Order: sequence, then C-alpha cells, then structure tokens
Amino acid sequence: MQVELTVNGQQRSDDVEPRLLLVHYLREVCGLRAANVGCDTTSCGACTVLLNGTSVKSCTVLAVQANGQQVTTAEGLGTDGGLHPVQAAFRQEHGLQCGFCTPGMVMATVGLLSENPHPTETEVREGLEGNFCRCTGYHNIVRAVLAAAEAERAGVTP
Amino acid sequence: MSILGTRVLRTEDPRFLTSGGVYTEDVVDDRLTGACHVFFVRSPVAHARIEGIDVSAALEAPGVIAVFTGADLAELPKIKPGPLFNQEMGRPILATDKVRYVGDPVAVVVTEEAYQGEDAVELVDVDYDVLPAVVDFADAVSDKVLVYEEAGTNVAANFGDASKLDQHLFDECEVVTTRTILNQRVAPAPMETRAAAAAWGEDGRLTAWIPNQGAQGTKGSLARLLGLEPEQVHIITPDVGGAFGAKFGADPEHALVAWVARQVGRPARWTETRFENLVAMTHGRAQQQTVTIGGKRDGTVLAYRLEIIQDSGAQVRIGAMLPFLTILMTPGPYAIPQAESVAKSVITNTTPIGAYRGAGRPEASAALERAMDLFAAEIGADPAEVRRRNLLPPFTEPHRTKFGALYDTGDYVTALDKVLAAAGYDLLRKEQAERRARGDTMALGIGLASYVEITGMGDGEEAPPQENATVEVHPDGTATILTGTSPHGQGHATAWAMLASDELGIPVDKITLKWGDTDLIPEGGGTGGSRSLQHGGSAVRQASQELIEIARERAASQLEASAADLRFDVERSAFEVVGDPDASVPLAGLAEEERLVVRTVFTAPGATFPFGSHVAVVEVDTETGKVVLRRVVTVDDAGFVLNPLLAEGQRHGGIAQGAAQAFLEEVVYDADGNPLTASFADYPFLSATEVPSFELADMQTLTSYNPLGVKGIGEAGSIGATPAVQNAVVDALSHLGVRHIDMPASPQRVWQAIQAAKGNA
Repeated sequence: MQVELTVNGQQRSDDVEPRLLLVHYLREVCGLRAANVGCDTTSCGACTVLLNGTSVKSCTVLAVQANGQQVTTAEGLGTDGGLHPVQAAFRQEHGLQCGFCTPGMVMATVGLLSENPHPTETEVREGLEGNFCRCTGYHNIVRAVLAAAEAERAGVTP
Repeated sequence: MSILGTRVLRTEDPRFLTSGGVYTEDVVDDRLTGACHVFFVRSPVAHARIEGIDVSAALEAPGVIAVFTGADLAELPKIKPGPLFNQEMGRPILATDKVRYVGDPVAVVVTEEAYQGEDAVELVDVDYDVLPAVVDFADAVSDKVLVYEEAGTNVAANFGDASKLDQHLFDECEVVTTRTILNQRVAPAPMETRAAAAAWGEDGRLTAWIPNQGAQGTKGSLARLLGLEPEQVHIITPDVGGAFGAKFGADPEHALVAWVARQVGRPARWTETRFENLVAMTHGRAQQQTVTIGGKRDGTVLAYRLEIIQDSGAQVRIGAMLPFLTILMTPGPYAIPQAESVAKSVITNTTPIGAYRGAGRPEASAALERAMDLFAAEIGADPAEVRRRNLLPPFTEPHRTKFGALYDTGDYVTALDKVLAAAGYDLLRKEQAERRARGDTMALGIGLASYVEITGMGDGEEAPPQENATVEVHPDGTATILTGTSPHGQGHATAWAMLASDELGIPVDKITLKWGDTDLIPEGGGTGGSRSLQHGGSAVRQASQELIEIARERAASQLEASAADLRFDVERSAFEVVGDPDASVPLAGLAEEERLVVRTVFTAPGATFPFGSHVAVVEVDTETGKVVLRRVVTVDDAGFVLNPLLAEGQRHGGIAQGAAQAFLEEVVYDADGNPLTASFADYPFLSATEVPSFELADMQTLTSYNPLGVKGIGEAGSIGATPAVQNAVVDALSHLGVRHIDMPASPQRVWQAIQAAKGNA
C-alpha cells in the first residue's frame, strides 16, 4: 500500500506491506533507528515517537494508520547541531545510561510536557509509567523531566 | 585542579539522545549486505522427548531459505559442563532427543525478511512426548524425575559436605532461630534483548556483532561452541542496551546465527523477541536458603549457618556456580565466631540460571540480613542495635574470613551510623510507634541491611586481577584509549577520558574510547563483577603516566635539556624546562614524527570489598497487603568516587533493581513448568511509579589495592536494597506477629502473612 507521511518535517511516499508496524517503517524504510523495539506487548515504550505531536508507541501503530500524518522521532527533535531542551536536560541530569530506552523516554517526555508543562514528581512518574528503563532506577529521569519543565518555564536551556 | 572526583557530563550522551545508540540490530555494515534472518523454534513444553520434527510446511512458506534441526548440527561439539559439575549433563547446541525447558530451541528457520520468519516458525511441527516436569526445589532434590537420565541425579554439584555440618555449632547459644526462605528467580531483562549478526570472510574468518559484556570472552566461547580456533573469530561489540550479568560470553543462539551464515553462504542476523528473552535468556538468583542463627540475649550473634539449594534451571550455566560466591560471602560484615554454609546446585525444567547484578552476593546478603532480623525479633531487640553489636570493627589491614575472603578495608559501623542518621531512624521508629498506638491500618516499616561484597575478582589468588589499556596521543591534540573493559551504560567513555585527561592535559571531549573489537583489542576481561574502574581505569591511568615518561625523553631531546629538568604542565599539556617556561613543547607535538602510544597491563593485588548500609521505609496497607516503597536511604562506600554523576547512577539503578526483587519482580512457573511471566505484560518489570527518588549519603573509604583508591560500585545497590526493603515489609507487620514474608512481597503474600499471624495470635 502507498503511504504518504511527514517524518521529521520531510514528506515521504512509500509502498509498504499493510501489516508493517510504524516502528519498522521508521527503522527499516526511513533508516531512522533511534526508536527501538523493547517488547512485544506495548509495555516498554522504547519505540515512543510523536504522531501529530502526541506521543504514541510506534510498535502499536501500523504504518498505514499513520498515512497522511506527521511523525517526529528523536532524530528530528533537536535543532541544527543542538539538543532539544528535553534532550539537554537528560544529559545534564544523567537521565540515561545504556541509552536503549532513551529516545522513547525523551519523546514520551516531550509528549508529557506538552500536555502538562509543570508536572509534579508524582505526575512525571505516572506520565512515564509506560516507559521502562532498567539502568537508572528512574531517579535521574524524573529529575531530568522536572529540570526540562523548569527550564522551559524559565525560558533557558538547561 | 584535578578533574578527578568532579561531575563531568557524559561525552557519550549526545548521540544516544539524538540518533540513538547503534545496537546490534541497528548496525549497518557492508559485510552484512543481503543478510538473511534467523528465527528459533522453541519448545512450548517444559520436559518432553522429541519424537519427530516436520519442517516441510515451513520450507514451503514464503521467503524461507532453510530450516535446520539438531540433526543438521552433528558436526558441532556438545556443550559440556565445567569440571566441578556432573559430566553427564552435557547437551547439544539444539535439542535433539529431549527438550528441557519452555524456550529450549529445537529448530532454526532462515528467511529473506524478518516478518516471514515470524510466520514460518509457526509451521514447524514438532511431535513431543511430554514428560513430568521438575519445577520446584523439592522435586529436583527428590530425583523422582530426572532431567538428564544419564546423570542419574538432578544434582549438578555439591558445595561442601552437608553430612559434615557441625552438630555443636549452636551449643553456646541462648537463642537459636531458623527459617527456610526463598531468594526467588527474577529476569535480568535488559531493555535490549539478545541479538547477533554474522558474516564470514573469504579468508574463512567469522565476524560476529554480538551485544556482550566482554568481546574477548565472547570470542572464546563462540569459538568453542562452533569448534573453531579463537583466531578464526572476530567479535565486534556495538552499543549494548544493558546486560546486568546476562550478556557474558556467547550463547548457543549466537553460535547458531554464525553457523547459519556459513551454511547458507550469506550473512545472517537475529534479534530476540521479548517473549524469547524472558524464557531463553538466563534468569537470576533462584536459591532456597535455610538460615539458622543463634546467640546471646544481649544481641551477640555466636553462630550462623546457611544451607542453599541453587536452582540452576535446565542447564549447567553460570547459575550452577552462584553458590560459590554466596558461600564466600556467608558472614558478610559481621564478626560471627562460628559460621558455616553448604550448597547443592540442582537442575530443573526451567530456564537456565545465570549471573544477574551481584550474582551470588545479593543472595548471601539477603540470607544474612533476614537472619539478623529474625534473631533481633527473637530477642526483642532493635535490628540496628543488633547489627551495630556484631559488625566487624573498622580495619585498614586486610581481614581474612574463615571462608577465604580477604576484605581489604572496611568501616561498617560508620556506614550504619551514617545511614541511620541520614534516614532519621529514631524519628521513623517514633512515627511507627505512634501509628501502631492509634491502630493505623497503614503500617510503617523500617528495614535495614548492612553488607560487604566482593568486586573485581581475579581467578583465585594465583591469578590476580588484571586489565590492559592502550593510550595514544595524536599530533592533532586528540587521544585514543583502547580498553579491555566493555561499557553498556556505565559511562566508561567519560570516566576513562577523565583519567587520561588528568594525566595528559587533553580535554575529555578530545579523547575517544574504543572497546569490544577483538582484532583491535585482543585481550580483556570485559565489564562485570564491578571490576571496570578499579582494574581497567587503573590501567588507563598507568598507561597515561607511562606515556608521559616516554614523551619526556622525546621532549628532552627536542628541547636539548635533561629529562630531569623537564616539568610536564598538565594545564597546558606541554613539557617545559624548569626555570625557563618559554622553552616548551606541547605533548601532541611529540607524536608528530613517531607514534606516541603505550599499552600497559595493570595488576591488582586482589579483589576489593565495598560495603554499605541501606534503610528502606515502606507503608503496608494491612487491609489489602499492598506495599508502597516510600524511601530508600543508602550509604554505599566503594572508595574514591571518580565521577559522582556516574557513581550515583550506578547506585540508583542497583537500588531500583534490588528493591524490585523485594516487592515486585518474580519469574513464575506453573506446576507443569509453563512460564506465567513470559512477556512484559505479565512480568512485573519495575516502572517509575513504584519507586521513590532515592537518598544517597556519601562515604569514601579508600583501598590501597589500586592507585585511585576505588572499589566497584555497579552491584552495591542491588545487594543492599533487596534485604532492606524485604526487612521493611516484615518490620511493618512485626507487631502483628509476622516474622517473615518471602519475596516478592506481593499483596497476596503480605495479606496471607497477616492472616496467618492473626490465626496464630
């Protein structure tokens, strides 16, 4: 089937198998491999991307379902050579170790902060419940999200 | 000012945050062009004879290139247990006569495209004659059903002689208490599952991309599995998405991917699904422990016994060895006059057990710390007081335990006092008493754990721990480090660069770290057992210092001065003649005519023994059994802290994994050996909502075993947190008469314990 998507601001047209998952479309067809597959059950969130600005688990969206829509991945988040404030906060607060969950965690955070720009720690934890991390114990991830929110409020890059 | 000890941000982060890491599945390489995809057909039953395998339907499926079964692999050597174990427990690389656990691979399907493989594995028809399964400890020990008939027993090895236990061990004790407790099976579950990519060169050499914890060890085990000479194998380690002990060496699946690539004459790739990962990557822990502890009513512990049954799962892997480390650490940080332990490793029809963050040491701490609380409860004493009374006094000369461990340095009482102060222990006890007095159904529990662990072990005292490093300064002012360690989240690229930068004066962001390529770095011990910084980091420092001395000779010749008259100014990264700062030459300039490179090997006198104390605070709803973890406060003393950012990250992660074992995570099998936790929808993987932010107190007792004064920090959190949280749950309910609850402290288990205590009251 032919699909037309805007991926990280670039328009694309591709012929895809109807059952192709969005995450595999991004990874194999577009060559964007930041989003990872960490489970088979929509549990872990390593594949999280933005679909029209809302965070979704791209392992549970068919590429054809995304037809005509806008997809943003971690690759498309920052500006030329610079980190997006959320990415910068993750670095500043050491919110990543092995990095496997990181692109999904960052995209989930962007989605979370767009819905709730000033979350409490509890709201951050609840907002990221669907994104698993095995390395950090979530401690520094939570700090990074709060720091990103704070930076956005203050209008500075962390 | 030295950069060591400061919070340097990670140099590796920008690419992880933007393009993402390059994990094995992400690798794009010319050698892998046209790769086929490998899928495993795995046993859906725990124990069965294979009566036949029909691959005809699978061969007809779209995109199928080949299907292989055990019969096709006759040329590959059988996997043999190590010398300590029952030698009749060997097995072929693919199951041929019997399957022994759900997930045991029986066939390999090779397809053009990945999705085709997922379809085709369903079409392989295996005829199983199902046998009774050996699932629990008692079934295994009874030998009624044998997992390996030829072995004549399910016991893979005995550690110590249970018939020779000291009958008089507890004779002097006023109080003795005993309990059989479970250190349950858990899944390491790194976020990146296992994977492999393999390509054979025209020279007959294999190049294999495998997520691993040490490429050199992986090379050795992959060569053994394939019956190759090690030099025929080239391992490349892409980014590794977490490992936690479960990615050491090569697994049979990795070997099969390589074998398939040779067989079909084209490169091959495999990425494990999470379902496969949860049934076929090794699990961790899985010990049944009987603890007996005795002492005086004043709180002095006089004797302690630990009897272990280690569930090794269906194969003799690292898991069967875990009791060795558990026994080594039996007495922990305490001065217990009499202690003994024995163990038995048994085979069951379950996923094989391997290393998981701590590997044998968390089990030792969990048993001992539970025992200390059982003893404290028995004599009606405060658990903190009982610990303080029995901890070894501070020592700076190595302390030899009866179990052969040589503790380098320790100050366990200070660690305990610090953590109690940081937690506000007295106030917590006061609040607990108030809640109890008013009959609050939300009970407060305070749990303690004091621990000492072993990190950076060598191979016995005859083969002390070693690691190599190569440091090269380039003419453009950059530097490259090669290390035999292997990061998978720990931040070696930053930490190793800090160490070199501190000696060479080259900025951290101009230093590149390379690892995990066996052609580039033929030797190395990898990363595991919290060894990297103390050995690998020390090697980097040593290589950098040796490099400066070589450079000094060159600088002397260039400046026509005596080497003794030269001073290396780290700030400027330049040599200058003492008293004549204008006469100087930059370090990088000395690499222009001849490579400026040093390879060195650092040798430590032995393993180091980090220690600490944890306090966990929980709330337990006595009406539902639900446990909420409110606080974890820890002192984890691993000597000098090179980069607090990284050390704290290691502690956080360990604490979370340790806590998760105490109250959430468990791999569960039904009576027939069917896994009930084979997906992330079923396995209660810790999420952000289930843990609080952690409170870390600082303590740094240096070791003399390396010039940095560092010990390992990777496993500390998981060793202390598990018993602290478990003890907190029991403590919350102690006023109701509850003395023990097995892990994980699920609402059901907690509620049952409360009901049972009520029944006894």
